[in-house]
Amino acid sequence: MRVKRGLAEMLKRGVIMDVVTAEHARIAEDAGAVAVMALERVPADIRRDGGVARMSPPEIIESIVEAVTIPVMAKARIGHFAEAQVLEALGVDYIDESEVLTPADEAHHIDKWQFTVPFVCGATNLGEALRRISEGAAMIRSKGEAGTGNIIEAVRHLRSITGDIRRITVADSAELYDWAKRLQAPVALVREIAEAGRLPVPLFCAGGVATPADASLVMQLGAEAVFVGSGIFKSDNPAPRAKAVVEATTNFDDPAILLKVSRGLGEAMPGLELGNLETRLAERGW
Amino acid sequence: MLALQGAAELHLAALASIGAAAVPVHRPDELADVDRLILPGGESTTISMMLDANGLTGPLAERLAGGMSTLGTCAGLLLLATEVSDGRDDQHCFGALDISARRNAYGPQTESFEADLPIAALGPSPMTAVFIRSPIVERVGPEVEVLARLDGHPVLCRQGRAWGCTFHPELSGDLRLHRLFCEEMA
Repeated sequence: MRVKRGLAEMLKRGVIMDVVTAEHARIAEDAGAVAVMALERVPADIRRDGGVARMSPPEIIESIVEAVTIPVMAKARIGHFAEAQVLEALGVDYIDESEVLTPADEAHHIDKWQFTVPFVCGATNLGEALRRISEGAAMIRSKGEAGTGNIIEAVRHLRSITGDIRRITVADSAELYDWAKRLQAPVALVREIAEAGRLPVPLFCAGGVATPADASLVMQLGAEAVFVGSGIFKSDNPAPRAKAVVEATTNFDDPAILLKVSRGLGEAMPGLELGNLETRLAERGW
Repeated sequence: MLALQGAAELHLAALASIGAAAVPVHRPDELADVDRLILPGGESTTISMMLDANGLTGPLAERLAGGMSTLGTCAGLLLLATEVSDGRDDQHCFGALDISARRNAYGPQTESFEADLPIAALGPSPMTAVFIRSPIVERVGPEVEVLARLDGHPVLCRQGRAWGCTFHPELSGDLRLHRLFCEEMA
């Protein structure tokens, strides 16, 4: 687990960018991304086009691995351990068991302890995060609502996770059992949080980041790194925006730098109002 | 502690546990205030670009050329090297350590590993060394002292006041390397 979590430690204060092609991947690396996430379509397109969203074809992932020197992650469907086996055999550096793809199992997530490759999983609240960790996830990302360019859900999920962590640190030993019951999570993990005041694995943020200020916001709210999906390649001018988001993540607590990097980026991706969504991706996962 | 990107936090925690006064460095004025610097693991390409973005490349090169005490771990070792292969052409190598290193030389994350590493300078018991997509040092210059090897490859070396290791001492909870670096350089 130390080796799996170790790579997540190395990605901290960095930006992981969704890419569909090798060309996207090169733009991401040129901008300073710490890793790229290979997927078949960016979430905004999955949302628009519908249909079943699956793991990327292996040859696309291989072309992305060839194109960059930084780590390559890829998404597998929730519960689809065979997709994960394919991705591990292919040699990706991290697997995202992701709600952005169409789930393959309505009750079970992948038993991630069975794999050598580390996994990241999404969570909307602390209970979900701890259930994923108990299944072997080596990194948690708050889910947000992918493909919307709307940061409100990412903020809601981050605040829910970090808020409950803070509350658990002041609970007494008897109350920890009640927390475990309410969170539907193992009491041993709840105790670990009570002692450490943080998740036992790194906490990153995903879903809705479209601007440098969005990246700063979630970092200031306790995220340790940022995933950007549609926000880059659905914007007017991806390369400068990608670089600006990277600089904003490194300097998230320096408003003067945030101002500087926020200038001259053109239009951000068009955002979506949550009330108008037909599908809430964040509700996938159990 | 250079804290632009990567595993700075665990180094800071390790330094705090041994009672060393440590601060994160993001800007040139913060660099000017420290007398030694740890360069953490992370992505060497990103850290290199953020050094440029934050105006730290020139000041850091000057400090290193001036003989500042420094420890580079993994990506940090690549920044201290004279030559890096399998990286990007535009990534900085400050040349404080006369070594050539191959980036991510063991392969993808599934090849990352832990090893019990005997390091004479740290005493008789081996150190648990965690290697995460680590580089391999392929050449060491005549001035470089190799303090530990794994499978024949140097994994911990020093040249004057510059130290580099290809593994992550901050991940294993073994504080001896941090302590040695701080004591020797005090």
